[in-house]
Amino acid sequence: MNNNAITIQEVAKSYKDFQIENFSLELPSGSIMGLIGENGAGKTTLIKLILNMIRKDSGTITVLGKDNEKELTAVKDDIGVVLDEPCIPEYLKTKEINKIMKNIFANWNENTFFDYLKKLKVPENKTFKEFSKGMKMKLGLTIALSHDPKLLILDEATNGLDPVMRDEVNDIFMEFTRNADRSILVSSHIVSDLDKICDYIAFMHEGKLLLCDEKDLLLEKYGVINCTKEELQKLDTSAIVGKKKTPYGINVLMERRNIPQGLKISAVDVEDLFVFMVKEN
Amino acid sequence: MGGVTIQLFIDTRSGQPIYLQIYTQLKENIINGTLKADEPLPSIRNLAKDLRISVITTKRAYDELEKDGFIYTITGKGCFVAGQDISLLQEETLKKIESHMLEIARLARSCELSYTDIIEMYGDVHYNYGGKRI
Repeated sequence: MNNNAITIQEVAKSYKDFQIENFSLELPSGSIMGLIGENGAGKTTLIKLILNMIRKDSGTITVLGKDNEKELTAVKDDIGVVLDEPCIPEYLKTKEINKIMKNIFANWNENTFFDYLKKLKVPENKTFKEFSKGMKMKLGLTIALSHDPKLLILDEATNGLDPVMRDEVNDIFMEFTRNADRSILVSSHIVSDLDKICDYIAFMHEGKLLLCDEKDLLLEKYGVINCTKEELQKLDTSAIVGKKKTPYGINVLMERRNIPQGLKISAVDVEDLFVFMVKEN
Repeated sequence: MGGVTIQLFIDTRSGQPIYLQIYTQLKENIINGTLKADEPLPSIRNLAKDLRISVITTKRAYDELEKDGFIYTITGKGCFVAGQDISLLQEETLKKIESHMLEIARLARSCELSYTDIIEMYGDVHYNYGGKRI
């Protein structure tokens, strides 16, 4: 077995007005990958493809060492999934949800479930209908974590949360991956969330993978320079990754090794990198 | 981790790579003797999770420390502080001081400070750093 939690090889899926083509991506075991893309970039489609909720046209996807079309049932208990909102009957309270989940997951752990609920301050005496968006998401996350998964897949899961809560969720992610055979794939368009905790960053744009690399390397590899029109013309155009014009100058994103000496380089964060790349494309 | 607690501060805004910040701080702790030979270091994964940074980052810091002979790894057990040749490290420090002094001499000449001016200035610095008044 290879050491990847998820391996996607040359996957294609086409719709009338949108396609994912020749898409390959690997999530090494034990790491957190942030899948970043603007709305409609294909993040959810990709996640659904991974979970075999929609069928791919071609290519292969392996999840926890199993082919996702033929053998996914074998590892389904090991995957925790949080899609935008959990589908739970509206009139249930957490106690009843616990009972149901006990019968669904072979390795459901009630203690974990109630511990997380307490930690995340999910109310026990309210029905699901009365939950706020944030509470629903927290419940979804709790359910995903309570059957001891090896792989956690979250689609825009932390979007409905306030900054303090997001921070707590990040803590939970860090705690979760303390164990080296647990991995997380988390998609978001809120880049600052992922900036901190991810080992790998993958940029998705219009169904394509723009890049995927170790986060630290990305930040070290690229830099932004501020230059004038004249200076811009002297730069090697093929080395320019992205640029932003203002009336007062031009910001250019380049690989640091291509930046001519003598120009002042400022550091980029993941968000800058993403915006620059998407705009240029 | 053994009986010693080390302090590590990560400044994500400083622009200095995080792995380098960890590298430098651990190295300082090893040279000044806070971390002693054969003492275990936190595991790569736990350190990453405690600091809330990427595992790859801490691994890189440890790799660099190992490459430079400050720590060693026992497979399956973790990383440990390597015994240091103190005299060698001191020599390295002396060289560093010498190069700083050359810089001082250069700057002093550029604004015509005398030998006694500089000695006087160093007396103040020495005192402020906790030394005796000279």
